[in-house]
Amino acid sequence: MFTVLFFQLSDNINQIIKLQPVLKFNGGGHINHSIFWEVLSPNGGGEPTGDLMHIITRDFGSFDRMKEELTNVTVAIQGSGWGWLGYNPNSFRLRVAALPNQDPLQPTTGLIPLFGIDVWEHAYYLQYKNVRPDYVKAIWNIVNWNAVSERLAAAKQCS
Amino acid sequence: MLSAVSASVAKSILPKTGALGTLVARLKHTLPDLPYDYNALEPYISADIMKLHHQKHHQTYVNNLNAAEEQLAEAMHKDMSVDNINQIIKLQPVLKFNGGGHINHSIFWEVLSPNGGGEPTGDLMHIITRDFGSFDRMKEELTNVTVAIQGSGWGWLGYNPNSFRLRVAALPNQDPLQPTTGLIPLFGIDVWEHAYYLQYKNVRPDYVKAIWNIVNWNAVSERLAAAKQCS
Repeated sequence: MFTVLFFQLSDNINQIIKLQPVLKFNGGGHINHSIFWEVLSPNGGGEPTGDLMHIITRDFGSFDRMKEELTNVTVAIQGSGWGWLGYNPNSFRLRVAALPNQDPLQPTTGLIPLFGIDVWEHAYYLQYKNVRPDYVKAIWNIVNWNAVSERLAAAKQCS
Repeated sequence: MLSAVSASVAKSILPKTGALGTLVARLKHTLPDLPYDYNALEPYISADIMKLHHQKHHQTYVNNLNAAEEQLAEAMHKDMSVDNINQIIKLQPVLKFNGGGHINHSIFWEVLSPNGGGEPTGDLMHIITRDFGSFDRMKEELTNVTVAIQGSGWGWLGYNPNSFRLRVAALPNQDPLQPTTGLIPLFGIDVWEHAYYLQYKNVRPDYVKAIWNIVNWNAVSERLAAAKQCS
């Protein structure tokens, strides 16, 4: 009787474990893309203002240096992935990070995602073909700094 | 035709003046020609894809591999400082990614053919039947494993030179099969989105299904024969 229960339990744990990569991949994909649509805008671009600009200047030296770092890290991703501007809720600092595939920023690194750039080929290939740098350069024209500022404010409230 | 096991990495020797004015012969990798025209694999893989894939993606791996090897050679000729070790270590992912990309694509062009498709014969068919039960079951396993790859990667039919058995394997990004798993690559399917997106969009299963129409079983058989000789 115990043996039967034991094998049933093992099968179930196996199934739960088997689902983890599927949950991470699809859950991450859903989280990441939901953020992505919000942090882009036809009225976007330019530079942020207020607290977001202040904290970018404090943690990177200048807006341009943050832009350069996020651009370079994102373009350099091997394979599929995302570049992120994230907020560390323990140190209260902004950080740039790159993650593979659909790995979601917060569960993976602890950083709270503020702005992200999808560099899976499907995000740019029909238009930019293999020239990922052109796509990443172009995306700065549509960054929704209002939304990114809201995400920063929310992140600060939770840390 | 280069030996299948050497993965067709063609090199040309260019003289270069090294340190102390000595003449140092340095090998450079080059982009191999396709064995057929860019439109030859239509309707299964479009000419647009083949052209970009070969002239842009594969060429970039070749260029970046050469650059990384040059930096590695420089680092290895210097002193044994920590900076140097750091530099050598820093180059490893670059070498794996671009070296793997060059190896993988060089194999890929060879194992596809406008005259391909159907089923293999001879020893290859025998060994597939022995290790998978039937050709269809091998095809199903390789298809499923390849379609299921999360992100960018390759599905492979490989030969284990220790157990003399065929195996299906999936690897991420450009990780090359042999150094990573020990399996000798016989046939591979590229499922980076650039391999199919212009034609198939997000419908990767349709692309993987279509590619079976252009498998060059002769080339795959030659790769098996060469793999057996080395094991």
